[in-house]
Amino acid sequence: MDLHSREFKIAFKTSIPVMMGYTVLGFAFGLLLISSGKPWYIALLMSIVIYAGALQFLAVGFFSSKLGMIDIFIASIMVNIRQSFYGLSLLKKFKKTKFKPYLIFALTDETYALLTTIKEKENIKKKWYYFYLSLLNQSYWISGTLMGSIFGNSIHFNTKGLDFSLTALFVVLAIEQYKKDKNLTPFFIGAFASIVTFFVVSRENMLLFAILFSIVLMFLFKKRLEK
Amino acid sequence: MTQEKIYIAITVMAVANFLTRVFPFLFFIKHEPPKFILFVEKSFPPIIMTILIFYTLSGVNFTEAPYGTKEIASIFFTAIVHCRFTNYLVSIFGGTIFYMFLVQFVN
Repeated sequence: MDLHSREFKIAFKTSIPVMMGYTVLGFAFGLLLISSGKPWYIALLMSIVIYAGALQFLAVGFFSSKLGMIDIFIASIMVNIRQSFYGLSLLKKFKKTKFKPYLIFALTDETYALLTTIKEKENIKKKWYYFYLSLLNQSYWISGTLMGSIFGNSIHFNTKGLDFSLTALFVVLAIEQYKKDKNLTPFFIGAFASIVTFFVVSRENMLLFAILFSIVLMFLFKKRLEK
Repeated sequence: MTQEKIYIAITVMAVANFLTRVFPFLFFIKHEPPKFILFVEKSFPPIIMTILIFYTLSGVNFTEAPYGTKEIASIFFTAIVHCRFTNYLVSIFGGTIFYMFLVQFVN
């Protein structure tokens, strides 16, 4: 069987920046889940079947909350709704390949960024290259998670404040979002919706209500957003 | 949550997450998506990022000393580091270590 080692090598080279990011973030996730009192295999399972950074971090909070499954479902959709925009630019690339289901499953922000921004070499089997790139990225995420959850089990050090890594991740993503449009309106909408719901509803309901409220605000300020 | 509920929650999240990724492949192979969906998809990311920053801080007590100043300082630190180096890794790790230092060693 031909495993297309040349495509593997090119994919590996392309994936190196993601390797660093995912190993570290996966590590932080594994450690965080363990320090909330869950076993290591829960962390591993999540990184295999969910494979979405922000959502997995949020899940640590979900597990110790009173959220219902419908709340979790809606919150998960809304947290990752940006991903459904990604596929629109990959409809053609992913056509007619046996890897299509996995390529769609593994379509994270970083994999999407690589698939759409790095120019591919002409004379390679592209589908194998996409597949290897996606698989390598997930393998970094999984190995980071494993290391974090096992390390967190064996060595005890003060993890207080580690959960700020999630806040920091969103701060960084918000800055990157700002760079795209240079429009402050969405940030005011998000902040306003959050602060209002923070005072009005309980902590368990805050995320869902802030999302719903901000969607109402979005349509009220449609013109300002589209500027 | 009980162990059983955690497994159900993981399944729910896995399905929801996959749905967001597969959505355009199911619906927009033949025809273009309606305008309001494009509007939501385009304008929503910066809004949800802002909400998530607040959500992750919703457990902080802003009415008692130090009134959330450590969180706010760490957010500024993360933002400054990110604008200076534009490297996710450096910003996220730098910001987290800064915050861990504040909550563990500073009174």
